[in-house]
Amino acid sequence: MNSKDINSIADTDLRPSTVPFWRDPDKRAIVFQVVALLLVAFVSYYLFSNTQANLERQSIATGFGFMEKEAGFEIGESVVEYSAADTYADALLVGALNTIKVSFIGIILTTILGTIIGISRLSSNWLLSKLAAGYIELMQNIPILLQLFFWYAIFYESFPSPRQALNPFGGVFLCNRGLIFGVPEAHAAHAAMGWAFVIALAVGWGLNRWGRQRQARTGQMFPAVRVTLALAVVLPLLAWFAYGAPTAMDIPELRGFNFKGGVTVSPEFSALLLGLVLYTAAFVAEIVRAGIQSVGRGQVEAAMAVGLRPGQVLHLVILPQALRVIIPPLTSQMLNLTKNSSLAIAIGYADFVAVTNTTINQTGQAIEGVALIMLVYLFFSLSTSVFMNWYNKKMALVER
Amino acid sequence: MKMSRLTVLVMILSLLTAGFAFAGKDLDAVKKKGFIQAGVNGGVFGFGMPDEKGVWKGLDVDTAKAVAAAIFGDASKVKYTPLTAQQRFTALQSGEIDVLTRNATRTLSRETQLGLNFVTVNYYDGQGFMVPKKLGVKSAKELGGATVCVLPGTTTEQNAADYFRSNSMDWKPVVIESTSELAKTFFAGRCDVLTSDASQLAGTRAVAPNPKDYAILPEIISKEPLAPAVRHGDDQFRDIVDFAVLAMINAEELGITSQNVDEMMKSNDPMVQRFLGVIEGNGAALGLDEKWAYNIVKQVGNYGEVFERNVGVNTTLGIERGLNALWTNGGLMYSPPFK
Repeated sequence: MNSKDINSIADTDLRPSTVPFWRDPDKRAIVFQVVALLLVAFVSYYLFSNTQANLERQSIATGFGFMEKEAGFEIGESVVEYSAADTYADALLVGALNTIKVSFIGIILTTILGTIIGISRLSSNWLLSKLAAGYIELMQNIPILLQLFFWYAIFYESFPSPRQALNPFGGVFLCNRGLIFGVPEAHAAHAAMGWAFVIALAVGWGLNRWGRQRQARTGQMFPAVRVTLALAVVLPLLAWFAYGAPTAMDIPELRGFNFKGGVTVSPEFSALLLGLVLYTAAFVAEIVRAGIQSVGRGQVEAAMAVGLRPGQVLHLVILPQALRVIIPPLTSQMLNLTKNSSLAIAIGYADFVAVTNTTINQTGQAIEGVALIMLVYLFFSLSTSVFMNWYNKKMALVER
Repeated sequence: MKMSRLTVLVMILSLLTAGFAFAGKDLDAVKKKGFIQAGVNGGVFGFGMPDEKGVWKGLDVDTAKAVAAAIFGDASKVKYTPLTAQQRFTALQSGEIDVLTRNATRTLSRETQLGLNFVTVNYYDGQGFMVPKKLGVKSAKELGGATVCVLPGTTTEQNAADYFRSNSMDWKPVVIESTSELAKTFFAGRCDVLTSDASQLAGTRAVAPNPKDYAILPEIISKEPLAPAVRHGDDQFRDIVDFAVLAMINAEELGITSQNVDEMMKSNDPMVQRFLGVIEGNGAALGLDEKWAYNIVKQVGNYGEVFERNVGVNTTLGIERGLNALWTNGGLMYSPPFK
C-alpha cells in the first residue's frame, strides 16, 4: 500500500451517507433544545393569555395607564420634592429612591461594622473576641422582622413627645418624631465646596498613580493617602473662605405640633436602618473572618520577616488575598439587605413596596403593581451584582 | 393520529364545562359545598372579630350569617376568612371567598374596575380624626403641621390627603400595614392624630390603654358607604346577598324582631305575610325557600337588633344610629317593597 492509498482511505467517510437525525447526537441535542424552548414559550404564552382573558372576563382594568394619573396620597418622607398632586409614577419614584437610600447607607454601614466585628472575632483579646462571637450568634438567630419591631418600639416608646424633646446640644433635638438637627442655610458656597472636594479627590488619585510609578522606579514611597486627606479638607475650606465664610444656620424650631426647619431623620428610617445593619453585619462578620483565616499564617510571618509594619501587612498582604474570598459572599449579603428592606412596610417606612401597595389599593391593579415590585428589585439586585462582579474581577488573582 | 383526537376531546370537554359553569355558578358552588365562605375583617371590634372564645362577632359577620340563613335556613353555615384591606378584593376576584362582608367602601372605580358588584349598604360610615385630649385640639381645622397615623390600603390615605390639601395645611403621614401595630404606635405618641373610618376609631379607642384620654373630632371628611360585595358572573347570587341585607332593614321597618317573628307569622298585614312567606312568591322569585326572610329574622335579627348588639350605644363602641337609622327616623336605611 503506498501513501496515496492511505490518504484516500482516511478521506473516505466511513459513516453511511444518510444518518437519520435521531442517531446523530449533535442534531438530537439541537432538537431537544428547540423543544424545550418551545415548551417554555408555550407555557409563558398560556399563562399570560389566560390571565389576560380572565381579567377581561371579570372586567378588571389592566395596563399601565394609571401611572399618568394623579396619585392623591401623601408620602411621609421623600428624597425629592413630592406632593399628593403628583402622578403615580412620581410616587413610585419616591418609593424607589427611599429604598435606594436605606439600602445604600445600610450597605456601607454594614460593611464597616461587619468588618470591625469580624476582625474583633479574631482578636487575641479574649473579652473582645467573645463579645463579637456573642453578637454574631444573637443577631443571626433572631428573625429580622422581630428585630425591626423591637427597634421601632424603642424609638417610639422611649423618646419624649416634641414638646419635651431632648436637646443634648444647640440645634439638635431628639423626640418621638425623630432626630432633628440644624443644617447650614443654602448658599452658593456649598456648591463650590462640593466641587473643591471632587477636585481634591481627582488630584489625590493622580498623586497616588504618580507615587506608585515613582516607587517602582526609585523605591521611594510617597504618602499619597495622607496628602489626599489633607487636600480634601483644605480645598473646600479655602472655597468656603473665598465665598465670605457664610455661617447662617437653618435651626429647627418647635412650632405647633412639630419642629419646623432643619433636617429630620425619622424613627421609621432609623429603626429600619439600624435593624438591617445590625442583622446583616453579623453575617458579614463571619464572611470577613473566613476571608482573613483563609490567608496562610506563613504569609503573615513572611511579611513581618521582610520588615513590613502591621498596617502594611494587612494592607499589602492579607487584604488583597482575603478579599478574593470575601467579595462573592459579601455581594450576596448586600442583596439580602436590599431585599430585606422591603420589610419597611411593617414599621411604616415609605419604601417602594409600601408605596406600590397603596397604589395597588387605589387602582386595584395588583398584577401590574406586583410586576413592578419584581422588576425594580431585580434591577437593584442585578446592578449591585454587576458592580460587585466588576470589583471582584479587579481583585481577582492576576495570573501571569 | 390518536394524539390529536384526544386533544380535540379535551378541548370540547373543557368548552362544555366552561359553558355549564356560567349558569349561576357561584350559587351552585355554594349550595354544593353547603356553606358560605365569607371574607371578613379580622380585627375590628363590632364589625368582624372573633371573641375570646373564638366565636366570630360583628355587624359584617351577622350580614354573612343572614345570607347563610336565606340560602340554607341555617345561619351557622358560614366559614370566615379574615382579610387585610389589601387582600380583600383579590380574595373575592380569585374565588377564595364567596361574599365580601368586610367594611368595604363602595366607590365608582371599585365597582367598575375590580370585576365586582356591591349590594345594599349595611353601614354608612365616614372618615374622622382621633386625637389625645391633652393636645387641646377641638377641630380638624387646627391640625396643620400634624403627624398623622394612617392605615394603608383603603380610601383613607387619599381622603386625608384631599382634606389637608383643600384646607392648605401641612402634614406628615405614618403608614403602617397592621391595624394593631398602628394603634400601638399612635397610643405611644408617635403621631398626633389617628385617622380612619369613625366606626373604626371608636373600635380602636375601645381597646386603648385609657379610652377616656382620646377624643374623636367632630369633622367627618368623607362618605364611606360600607357594603357587601360579590364578584361578577352570577346575578342570582348577587340578588340573594342584596335582599338578605334588605330583609333585615325591611324587618325593622315592619316591626318584626327575632323575638316576635313567630307571632307575626299570624299577622293579617299582607306586607308582613308576603315578607315572611305566608303569602308565597318572594322565595320562588329568588330561587330560595319561602321561609328565607323568616329564617334571617329568627336566627340573626332585624337591622336594628344587629346594630344595637354589635356597635350600638350599649356596647363598648357606643355608636348612635345617626345615618344608619331607618328613613322613617331620619336615617338612610330604606328598603324597596318586598313584592
